[in-house]
Amino acid sequence: MSIASRIEQSQITEYYRMMLLIRRFEEACGRLYTQGKIRGFLHLYIGEEAIATGAVSALEKKDYVVSHYRDHGHALAKGMDPNVVMAELCGKATGSSAGKGGSMHLFDAETNFMGGYAIVGGQLPIATGLALASKLRGDDRVTMCFFGDGAVNQGEFHESLNLASLWKLPVIFFLENNLYGMGTHVEFTHAGGQDIYLAAEHYRIPAAQIDGMDVLAVRDATTEAIRSVREGKGPVFLEAMTYRFRGHSMSDPSAYRASLEVDQWRTRDPIDSFKAMSLSEDLVTSQEIIAIDQEVEAAVQEAVRFADDSPAPDLPSRFDHVYA
Amino acid sequence: MSQLTMREAISRGLREALENNDVFLMGEDIGAYGGAYAVTRGFLEEYGAERIRDTPISEAVFMGAAVGAAMAGMRPIVEMMTINFTLLAMDQIVNHAAKLRYMSDGQFRVPLVIRTVTGGGAQLAATHSQSFEGWYASVPGLKVAVPSTPEDALGLLATSVADDNPVLFAEHALLYGMRGEVPDERYSVPFGQANVVRPGADVTLVAYSRMVHVALEAAEVLKTTRGVDAEVIDLRTLRPLDTETVVESVKRTNRAVVVEEAWRTGGFAAEVASSIQEEAFDYLDGPVARVGGDDVPAPYASALEAASIPNAQRVVEAIERHFGI
Repeated sequence: MSIASRIEQSQITEYYRMMLLIRRFEEACGRLYTQGKIRGFLHLYIGEEAIATGAVSALEKKDYVVSHYRDHGHALAKGMDPNVVMAELCGKATGSSAGKGGSMHLFDAETNFMGGYAIVGGQLPIATGLALASKLRGDDRVTMCFFGDGAVNQGEFHESLNLASLWKLPVIFFLENNLYGMGTHVEFTHAGGQDIYLAAEHYRIPAAQIDGMDVLAVRDATTEAIRSVREGKGPVFLEAMTYRFRGHSMSDPSAYRASLEVDQWRTRDPIDSFKAMSLSEDLVTSQEIIAIDQEVEAAVQEAVRFADDSPAPDLPSRFDHVYA
Repeated sequence: MSQLTMREAISRGLREALENNDVFLMGEDIGAYGGAYAVTRGFLEEYGAERIRDTPISEAVFMGAAVGAAMAGMRPIVEMMTINFTLLAMDQIVNHAAKLRYMSDGQFRVPLVIRTVTGGGAQLAATHSQSFEGWYASVPGLKVAVPSTPEDALGLLATSVADDNPVLFAEHALLYGMRGEVPDERYSVPFGQANVVRPGADVTLVAYSRMVHVALEAAEVLKTTRGVDAEVIDLRTLRPLDTETVVESVKRTNRAVVVEEAWRTGGFAAEVASSIQEEAFDYLDGPVARVGGDDVPAPYASALEAASIPNAQRVVEAIERHFGI
């Protein structure tokens, strides 16, 4: 299917650059983790880049993004500086939270990236509240809340859908269904099976399932959702079907997934397929691709260098922002 | 000065808070019903449904929605019908509200007041009679206010509402009807300042919320029956905790008893007692005593429940047992 009619020239390079930035950033994270420079839990977004890129690109800067513990991709897509993100992952004073948050808890007030939340489902009520504030103030912001298939069986998920719909709040519930909550397949965790978007119907929330490996499909569905939400029609629910190419976290060897399944999903790599389509339709040249590849590589190297060169936080700083 | 009940004082405090357009109220049955303890009666008519928001019985989401709205710059006041129900929202209170300012390195603040009802004594049995304020007071990132009088309730509520951080404001179920003098002008009671509500020379009784009144009753008994002059200190807030006032008192009286309604095991009284021993050990004539609730799920039957909650007699007995006075 041709993509030429669905995209502007500048968006080709924009989406490719962002997806690749996330991919290369995450690969660098994986390396730093094995070197012991990043510690704690590290959940890589590799394979899911089309979602953050397509969805967040449809938002405005004033709009809020709320994420989960696999949050690097959403943070970068919202415009966070890769340097301060990498520094945070490395626990440095120059990190976005000066080393107090780590991989699972990125925040950036400047870009309205309202946080990575590491308690599964805990971010949905908070996103509902951000949207409530927007409604009370009439500030025309949209809140986009990402969560995974593991979150949908939490009470907080159902409570949030109910309240947001009841009060017609401007929030997009964005499910990234990568089929596994840690190591358990969604068929074993959700009574409704893997078509989770159907659950939104009960709460009278318009819902759609989309291909999360196709950045344009994500972008188009999100644009539609944003329009509806800004018109005051209440929340929209989107379910993007996707797959993480790596384990749940760095400590997960993925023993619960057949290698054939992983390989099949890898053939649908969102970056490779977007690049191939763009090249085949002459929407981008090989030279342009190479230039972006080099630019992204340099940006990631710079982020690693910045993090490496940054100082560790002063020990007394652990009491900063403690008020009680 | 006016004579107000605790309920009226809190209600007045909420009205004063609502003068700020960023403030709104949210909770179960606070609107048309008027609040389970009638604190917000008439508010819906006066302020409208946008600012007096009746919620579904979904503690986690309305608690979390308050956190999110606060991050966005609003100043929500949530009513949790009882502290027992806060357990359903504990993820939002402990994992999120208390952490966001720190984890974001100060990029976000959570100006939020969680009003809730604590304590037993109304024969509501084990699931509806608990006192969890001490649990919450152990969490860095939460402030905990525990008023014992109408005047303090209004003053502490004013401070809570003005605070840029989450405050758990625990109102004792049995104190709503209590009357007391309340200044007519605007005022606030600062956090972290315990109040010496009865000066004395022989023993220091430390308490908060309804147990302040139990301690005062015990002090009267001690005075009239034994000639013992007890000092009574009302902590007023558990976090921040004013150990200075307590320690200063104990250094004069040389004896201390901490009275708390919550279960004795792991109770907040243990924290207070420990602080006294660390900071005033050389002044003590005996061990710091604790009088706490029985370590039982609150029983329903009147006599059983009454026997499980500290009263003046227990305080007097503890003093006799520990200090021989």
